[in-house]
Amino acid sequence: MTYAAPGAPPAASVEPPVAADSLAAGVGRLTSRIVTLCWVELRKIRHDRTELYTRAIQPALWLLIYGEVFTHVRAIPTPDGIPYLDYLTPGILAQSALFIAIFYGIQIIWERDAGVLTKLMVTPTPRSALITGKAFAAGVRSLVQGVVVVIIAAILGVALTTNPLKLIAAAIILVLGSAFFSCLSMSIAGLALARDRLMGIGQAITMPLFFSSSALYPITVMPGWLRAVSLVNPLTYEVEALRALLIGTSTVLWLDSLVLLSATIASITCAALLLPRLANR
Amino acid sequence: MLSADANLTGLENVELFARLFDVPRKNRKERVAGALDAMGLTEAAGRLAGTYSGGMIRRLELAQALINAPRLLVLDEPTVGLDPIARGVVWEYIARLREEHHMTVLMTTHYMDEADAYCDRVALMHRGAIRTTGRPGDLRAGLGDGATLDDVFRYYTGDTLADNPPEEGGIRDVRRARRTARRLG
Repeated sequence: MTYAAPGAPPAASVEPPVAADSLAAGVGRLTSRIVTLCWVELRKIRHDRTELYTRAIQPALWLLIYGEVFTHVRAIPTPDGIPYLDYLTPGILAQSALFIAIFYGIQIIWERDAGVLTKLMVTPTPRSALITGKAFAAGVRSLVQGVVVVIIAAILGVALTTNPLKLIAAAIILVLGSAFFSCLSMSIAGLALARDRLMGIGQAITMPLFFSSSALYPITVMPGWLRAVSLVNPLTYEVEALRALLIGTSTVLWLDSLVLLSATIASITCAALLLPRLANR
Repeated sequence: MLSADANLTGLENVELFARLFDVPRKNRKERVAGALDAMGLTEAAGRLAGTYSGGMIRRLELAQALINAPRLLVLDEPTVGLDPIARGVVWEYIARLREEHHMTVLMTTHYMDEADAYCDRVALMHRGAIRTTGRPGDLRAGLGDGATLDDVFRYYTGDTLADNPPEEGGIRDVRRARRTARRLG
């Protein structure tokens, strides 16, 4: 309902003017918006933890049933003969982050419908900062969810790394992956403009993304065409990086990180460009 | 349109805007508390906005707007869907904003009696165009003795409801407003 018109506030409450043109100010503002939107996300998780629990069910089933069964069957070749459950865990971790991120655009459609988006956009927040902030907020939610998955995996006896540096690196990879997929979701939101349409598209692309990545099986066992798809699927790079960091498989970590980082920057740009479509109704 | 985040408390809703408007951290708490207090929401500040009544949500939105104290405050139907008591309260707070913070308020409403009672100047719009503008008193006087602003509206728009094809998006807007109203309270 309320839109604060841009313009100088009355003398009583003048804020120090921020030089919009300086790079430092821009970075400062971007950081501040990321912190703010992550703070909002954490507050929401704190108020309502239902989603945290319900979203833990699926990864638990994947690990407990699918993982245990295929560990015993030994149908899927794993590098260095590590137990399949261990091999699967980073894939499931990436999957639960994907599920959160791919529907994150629903929130922005909700905000558009409720008029919150216009209110956010009249604050001194550049579009790209708003999108980046939301992308990191999705990352924070995925991270909290990821902790739950890691705990379940630890209970099942998966030998995850205890090296704090590797765990931090894995957290960064998980956040990057979520940022990419949430921006993909927000881009779709900018095109679909309706919640139910976004739900449908989200449902339609989640499983193909998941199955065409190396989350469940190594790229080497895939047929040629699937391997090609897998190589352009950012989820593959996320999974490979997580796997290397958490259970010590081999990968080209810098390449994985670089692919994820570029994909994230590209998707942030794309979502930011589509944002005005959401704001103008 | 109701626009607050139902999954955050009143306090957090206002703090969000304090952060987005770059209120320095050292006086953020104080400013947020001040805005909530000015809108009579101090007691409810810790509750989720989803539990607020329609009138409280409007006041919460005003508190959010108060954070950066704009010179021009644009309100889109601030009293739609509220019962008469809540409406009166919202108007009380809008008046207070104008007086204490020297804001100009530009607002839309469908209630002619409210426009008459609270607005200095009104512009009557019909089918996307301004038909007339002026002080409510002058407009009424121009139409003769005992005319209400409703009569003025009828006079200037010149047609009856039956003549109007529904505006595009009319149904959609109504649905959206209802949906939001239901969700928020």
